Amino acid sequence: MTSIAKPPVRHPGLRKNALGLTTRDYEGAMSTLCAGCGHDSVTAALIQAFWELDLPPNRAAKMSGIGCSSKTTAYFMKQSHGFNSVHGRMPSVTTGASAANRDLTYIGISGDGDSLSIGLGQLCHAIRRNVRMLYVIENNGVYGLTKGQFSASADIGSTSKKGEANLQPPIDPVLLALTLGATFVGRGFSGNKAELVPILKAGLSHRGFALIDVISPCVSFNDHEGSTKSYKFTREHELQMTEADYVPLRREISAKVTGEVITTVKLHDESVVRFRRTHEAYDPTSREGAYAHVRECQRKGEVATGLLFIDESGPDMNAIAKTVTTPLAALPFEDLCPGNSALQKLMGRYR
Amino acid sequence: MSGVNDFAFKMATVNGTGSASANNLLMHAIFRMGIPVTGKNIFPSNIQGAPTWYEIRVNKDGYTARPPEIDVVVALNPSTYARDVADVRPGGYLVYDSSWPIDPELVREGITILGIPFGKMCVDAFENDRDRTLLRNIVYAGALAALLDLDMDVVNTMAKEKFSRKKSLLDANQRAIRLGYDYAKANFTCPLPFHLAKMDKTADSIIIDGNTAAALGAVFAGATVGAWYPITPSTSLMEAFTTFCEHFRKDEATGLNKFCILQAEDELSAAGIAIGAGWAGARSFTNTSGPGISLMQEFLGLAYYTEIPAVFFDVQRTGPSTGMPTRTQQADLMSMAYASHGDTKHIIVFPANPEECFYLTVLAFDLAERFQTPVFVASDLDIGMNDWMCKRLEWDDSYVHDRGKVLSEADLAQIKTFSRYLDVDGDGIAARTLPGSSTKGAYFVRGSGHTKHAAYTEDSDAYQEVVDRLLRKFETAKKAVPAPEIHRHERATVGIVTLGGCRSAVLEAIDRLREQGIVADYMRIKAFPFDAPVRDFLDSHNVNFVVEQNRDAQLRSLLTIETGFPRDAMIPVLDYAGMPLTSKVVVDAVTKHLEGVPA
Repeated sequence: MTSIAKPPVRHPGLRKNALGLTTRDYEGAMSTLCAGCGHDSVTAALIQAFWELDLPPNRAAKMSGIGCSSKTTAYFMKQSHGFNSVHGRMPSVTTGASAANRDLTYIGISGDGDSLSIGLGQLCHAIRRNVRMLYVIENNGVYGLTKGQFSASADIGSTSKKGEANLQPPIDPVLLALTLGATFVGRGFSGNKAELVPILKAGLSHRGFALIDVISPCVSFNDHEGSTKSYKFTREHELQMTEADYVPLRREISAKVTGEVITTVKLHDESVVRFRRTHEAYDPTSREGAYAHVRECQRKGEVATGLLFIDESGPDMNAIAKTVTTPLAALPFEDLCPGNSALQKLMGRYR
Repeated sequence: MSGVNDFAFKMATVNGTGSASANNLLMHAIFRMGIPVTGKNIFPSNIQGAPTWYEIRVNKDGYTARPPEIDVVVALNPSTYARDVADVRPGGYLVYDSSWPIDPELVREGITILGIPFGKMCVDAFENDRDRTLLRNIVYAGALAALLDLDMDVVNTMAKEKFSRKKSLLDANQRAIRLGYDYAKANFTCPLPFHLAKMDKTADSIIIDGNTAAALGAVFAGATVGAWYPITPSTSLMEAFTTFCEHFRKDEATGLNKFCILQAEDELSAAGIAIGAGWAGARSFTNTSGPGISLMQEFLGLAYYTEIPAVFFDVQRTGPSTGMPTRTQQADLMSMAYASHGDTKHIIVFPANPEECFYLTVLAFDLAERFQTPVFVASDLDIGMNDWMCKRLEWDDSYVHDRGKVLSEADLAQIKTFSRYLDVDGDGIAARTLPGSSTKGAYFVRGSGHTKHAAYTEDSDAYQEVVDRLLRKFETAKKAVPAPEIHRHERATVGIVTLGGCRSAVLEAIDRLREQGIVADYMRIKAFPFDAPVRDFLDSHNVNFVVEQNRDAQLRSLLTIETGFPRDAMIPVLDYAGMPLTSKVVVDAVTKHLEGVPA
């Protein structure tokens, strides 16, 4: 169906952020997803995160591939440029865009089919390049648009709507990202907005590739008994590893004094993420520790959520490529073309 | 046929043994004597140990195609003796290594066999195995210098230039040259009847390969993002781009790069990077060969339908599948012209030589941005990797690059609303904005069906309106792409149509045919889509030959599909076994056909 514009009604009581924008200004077209889709909750969390971060819509670009999740880039930030590309290939398009214009905030929305099957290679290599972007996987274990086939994230034994059990082992994007050297790895649940928003905000401020896997149930094809990606299952098995409290530079708020241990990580933009260790001895700066904890949770049938790993020390793609700070797309032609005298000098080498 | 400054010779060696530098020395020395020269490297898909050949053609009249005949073969690879001997023209010469008794395979009536103990001389003169192997090549270069009367002053100057920082290497090389030279002088009548004599025909020329020239074109065109996946024969294009960028594109103050070159995980990703960068406003490209073009098909359709500029270099090699990766062909014509699923058509430019690789690359970037679409530069292995003599490249400093219709903030301020796919000017080209523009210019790129306002649609009329406009845009492109190169002659009875690197062989063939009384007009296709002059040329001849390097007469098919000219009224002349075209193939095909056709 065609997309539907939302009526421009403004509630006078809506709060404005530093840019004078309300959350309504970060919304997009009306969602065409099924009622109750977890993806719409992720969209709402994203809108909240953008608003809280005072993100200028014209300085952001929304990137996606193909699938239910990829459609959602039309449902937020209608004032931003968006690119709904081909299935599984959003990472490369974003890589190119980031090479051309490093100044924009790239928001990639993908799904488990888009990222873990057809686009697995592109995801891995975008992680390796450390492309500076937020990369959200709206993970429901199922192909929704083609009506209910298992995806590569479906757990062994999880059943389809028709009752057949999945027999192949799942690909966990969190474990994958950790082994590939990802510099920011988190997991959330679409049904837990309070937890998700700070993780998204931290991911948006990360100078590098920020992967956030969001368990986002498919109400039409994967929300039944026997599914391990249903609302019910996830609520019952979610285990929050760390509570991230993202503190932007301009609006520092004092941390609540609690008896819990707080780890503070400073991001490159000088803003700060605080991790509240709700799990004893959890250290989000230890890659090995993060991996072990996620595996241990899986063994117990739990879903580890929270900001699981962060490393702010690695160079992003543009730093690795040593590109100038001005976006390449903005360099004037005179700066790029050597001119005829340089060419004639060079021609001597070919004589 | 052969004579002073008109002959060809060929070295048959084993790859990975250092023969390339000797062959290079010979070719460049001839060039510096002012004599037109061409080199064709016929190399294996292998790193070391397989047969390799290098053909050098010397031609005072400037014919640069692969030589129709070989006058001298230097046979240094026992595994190919039989075919190398067979390659010598009757009355020609064979040079072999006489360190050992002559192999019976090398004995042939009607040619002159010259034995030179290359191996033995090297063992006697040099200490270690590495020198003995490598310098053997320089010894044969020295022998050829004597046999062909190469100017030794030029050779010595070149050696000094090359080894200016390594005195010991210079000494060893000069000794090796003398060994070969002195042996030939002492044992044979030097020079041979065909040989070199100084001319003044290369003063405004250079020797360059097409990949290097194309890379230089990309630098001068202002390309900043290059994405690629290694594949023969296109790899050296990005390597050259890297070298030029390191030279020309470093910010003086910071040492940072005004370019970003990304080696992707595969060709799909390379295409995606180029398209993402093109969308974000950089001039971007990817270089590949046939297998890569196959992998890029989906992205090409996306870029066509969403109207994003990017340049795609296809340095064609012999297909299908892996085919013969180190041999040349022009067999990707159809897969470029209509790349991707659905109704898609693409602009292609066809350089004929490295010189055109430079100029047409610059043009390709303009066309891509002007028409907001992928543009192919269709080169091939022969053009891309072989050294060609061509005119010194020039740059017009008054050139203004064509970024096409990109709305600035001032432009946006003047319009009420922005619709991405609205044909305001009636030329089929809608204006675009770049991400990062003010929110008024924001739009949503989607490969799914969209309206002229860039909104998602499943409405038949709204969908068709956009794809029909794309067709109008393609019509506009016909007038903007390079016109064919046409030579008409009075009394011409036939037309010969060709494209790309076949140019030099076809022009030579037309001269040979005229000597036989067959006068032919010439048309070389320089771009796709075709404009009216292409059809006019075909209409003005009763007989048209279409010369191309693929099995299925793909250019002929394109001409029929796009101009409506009857397919069977064009006679295909096809040469697709992987070697650069020779004039002989064309002359033979045309004469054979005409003998069977009543005048």
